[in-house]
Amino acid sequence: MTVIERREIALVDLLDRLLAGGVVITGDITLRIADVDLVRIDLNALISSVNEQVPSPWESS
Amino acid sequence: MSGLRYVYAICRPLGAPLQSQLTGVAGDPPRLLNHHGLIAVVSHVPERDFAEKPLREHLEDLDWLTATARAHQGVIDALTVVTTPLPLRLGTVFRDDSGLRTMMEEREDYFRRTLDRLEGRVEWGVKVYTEPEPETEPAASGDGRPGQKAASGRDYLRQRRQSVRAHEDKWQQAEQFASRLHERLSAYAEDSRLHAPQNPALSGVSGRNVLNAAYLVSRAHSEEFVELVDRTKGEVPGMRVELTGPWAAYSFATEFTGEGNR
Repeated sequence: MTVIERREIALVDLLDRLLAGGVVITGDITLRIADVDLVRIDLNALISSVNEQVPSPWESS
Repeated sequence: MSGLRYVYAICRPLGAPLQSQLTGVAGDPPRLLNHHGLIAVVSHVPERDFAEKPLREHLEDLDWLTATARAHQGVIDALTVVTTPLPLRLGTVFRDDSGLRTMMEEREDYFRRTLDRLEGRVEWGVKVYTEPEPETEPAASGDGRPGQKAASGRDYLRQRRQSVRAHEDKWQQAEQFASRLHERLSAYAEDSRLHAPQNPALSGVSGRNVLNAAYLVSRAHSEEFVELVDRTKGEVPGMRVELTGPWAAYSFATEFTGEGNR
C-alpha cells in the first residue's frame, strides 16, 4: 500500500515506536531485555552524541 | 552458527513469500518459525552482541542503535507488505527456538486476539509543531534588559508584560489547535495513542513539538485519513502538521487493559 510516498523515516519517529511500542515479552525464557528498562535508555547519552555530530544524523531526508 | 533468537514480530502464515533479499538485524536474513499456526519472524544473532549485557551496552551506542532499529524496521516493513504483523519491541531475544516456542504457546490466545484486532489496519503518526517565530522581538535578555530600549522602568515592565502575554497566547493557541486536531483524528481513527513530545535535540527539527500521536486506521480508510490530515496543514498559521506512515501497528500492539502483560 502506498497512500503517500514513503520518505526516509526519521530515527526519532522509529524509536518512539520500537522502544515504546511493540509487544513487551518478559518471560523467564527471554533474556529479559525487553522489559521497561529499554524505554528508559539513557536518552541523555544519545542526545550528547547527537550534539557532537554536525549536521544532525537524524535529518537524512 | 546457532546463536540467539532475535524476534521481530508474530504473524499468521504469510500469503506470499517475504521479499528475498532482506537482511535483518546482525545481517541475518529473517526466518519464519511456525508454531501451532502462528509464525514468529526471527533472526539468528550472535551472543557476543545480543546477550543481555552486550545488548544493554549497545543500546546506548547511537550508531549501533540506528543500524539495529533500521534493520528491525526493514523486516517489519517487508512483513507489512504481505501480512499484518504484530511487532515486538526492539531487542526481544530468546536463547533458542524451544524457548521461543514455549513463549508462543503461553501467549497464543493473546497473540491471536491481538492479530485479529489489528488485521487490515495500519498506524499513522501525526505531529504538530509550533513554527519558530520568524522575527523574535528580543524579549528581556539574561541581564534583565529588554531588547528595545525602555525609557523608564514602567516602560520596561509594560514591554515585558506584552512579550510574556504574546508568548502565552501563542502557547494557548498551539495547545488548542493540537487538542482539536487530536479530537478530530481520534474520532475518525479506530484507536489512538499519545507519545511523549519529541526532544528537539533528538529530532533535530525546528519548532516545539506539541502533539506526537499515533492513530490506528484500516487500510481501506487510510486514504481519507491522510486527506483529513492534509487539510489541516496551513489551517492555522504558525503550526506545522507532519504525517508519517503507514507504520505497522507498533503503538497498538499492547492492549492497555493489562492483559498484554500477563
